[in-house]
Amino acid sequence: MSLKIENVSKMYPNAKKAILKDVSLEVMPGEFVCLVGPSGCGKSTLLNLIAGLELPSEGKITLNGKEITGPGSDRVVMFQEPALFPWLNVIDNVKFGMKAAGMEEREQAERAEKYLRMVHLLNYRNYKISELSGGMRQRAALARALTMDSQVLLMDEPFSALDKQTKNILRDEIEKIWMETKKTVVFVTHSVEEAVFFGTSVVLMGVYPGGIRKIVPIELERPRQIDSKEFVELRAELLKLLRKEVEKVAKQAG
Amino acid sequence: MKRNVWQSIFFYLGLLLLWEILYLFGVDILKLWKSYTIPSPDHFFQRAIFLFSSSTIYKAVLASLWRILQGFVISVILGTLLGLCMVAVPFFGRNIKPLILGLQTLPSICWVSFAILWYGLSQNAVIFVIVIGSMFSVAMSVRSCIENVNLLYIRAARTMGVEGRKLYTWVIFPASFPGFLTGLRQAWSFAWRALMSAEMMISMAGLGQALDSARNIRNDINEVMVIMVLIIILGTVIDTGIFQQIEKRLYKEK
Repeated sequence: MSLKIENVSKMYPNAKKAILKDVSLEVMPGEFVCLVGPSGCGKSTLLNLIAGLELPSEGKITLNGKEITGPGSDRVVMFQEPALFPWLNVIDNVKFGMKAAGMEEREQAERAEKYLRMVHLLNYRNYKISELSGGMRQRAALARALTMDSQVLLMDEPFSALDKQTKNILRDEIEKIWMETKKTVVFVTHSVEEAVFFGTSVVLMGVYPGGIRKIVPIELERPRQIDSKEFVELRAELLKLLRKEVEKVAKQAG
Repeated sequence: MKRNVWQSIFFYLGLLLLWEILYLFGVDILKLWKSYTIPSPDHFFQRAIFLFSSSTIYKAVLASLWRILQGFVISVILGTLLGLCMVAVPFFGRNIKPLILGLQTLPSICWVSFAILWYGLSQNAVIFVIVIGSMFSVAMSVRSCIENVNLLYIRAARTMGVEGRKLYTWVIFPASFPGFLTGLRQAWSFAWRALMSAEMMISMAGLGQALDSARNIRNDINEVMVIMVLIIILGTVIDTGIFQQIEKRLYKEK
């Protein structure tokens, strides 16, 4: 049982080139797959297709054999921006998905507290969203995503709006949480370092046409040290592979 | 803070002084203007004290406020329904929009003829002018605040399995509420203007009529000015005291 992307292409009407062309990928349960590539490679589009927020022009995506035809709570997304609802406080935001799923009130409260504790926000449960820092907001969004107990967790550059310090703290926390929960994650990033840090495998994507160039399994031990020799070497290797695609983008822009 | 208060007091005392000087030179010394066409500070305050020591003016204020309250409530209900219809039926919304925008540019006083023909010289005629003068603005703001809801909220909710009617009641309505309030505030100012013109034309006991009869019957420019100032103060108090307070509290929560 897995997430299967089969020969998927995505074109927008009036656009000359396909955003994604003939992409195939299989994500097994418990994998942490990182999609990395220059802007324009369609990594966010691919994530939206998995989420069901957009539909492929060609090919199909299946989760456990069932074709994806729209968004659903089995594939929760963490967006670049926290996407918390400002009219609800922290705990009601975290409960939102469970409430939508019709979960019992008592179970909602239990799970909300469990995951708020996991992201170190339990003391902030009654705060308004406006009272949280950017990092705290993204952690609250993570807690909300985890409560859904979805089969796949989709993350679309969840650190991109954060400062470096906050980013590093959150990165370590997510790794820890993933090691505890063993969730299936598809993670979009433009940072090779993040990809190597998290990934059980890294999917290198390229442009013109957007698609997968290479899939690199990462077998470093966890928790991973970004300054270890193996980590640095692997990162350099992937950067080299990616450089060609980045240069293509630069040429096009010039 | 304190310093600002003193500055304001001096500023307005200065304006009063300027007014007195202008009156003194223009009317008493140079005889440029006739005394019954220009109010003077001392006559103004005398008249104000006289007016506010009898009950007529309070009755007029209450009558006007009661009328606008009824008119505004009806206008908000009808305008909201119209706006929701525009959102729910895109065909209707798209085609009616130019018509509504056109009607919105029509000064509400232009409806007085219809009002008198349909309702006679009555309370209902005034209320009709208030409703028709402000409901289109409510409808347009309902439509625009719903259509301008941050797409991120909708996407996030959909990936948590919220669709259809729940998407409206849980996400779109609460998210558009601040915009709706801003629209109400604008509609109120339309209603307020409509009230004044309708009362002057239809001659129902109230502030507008008081203003009209101060000139028409008593020929007292000072009384005209007292009532104008009263209208300004009431309008300001309602706008800053009610609408702005609600908005402020709401934005603070964000």
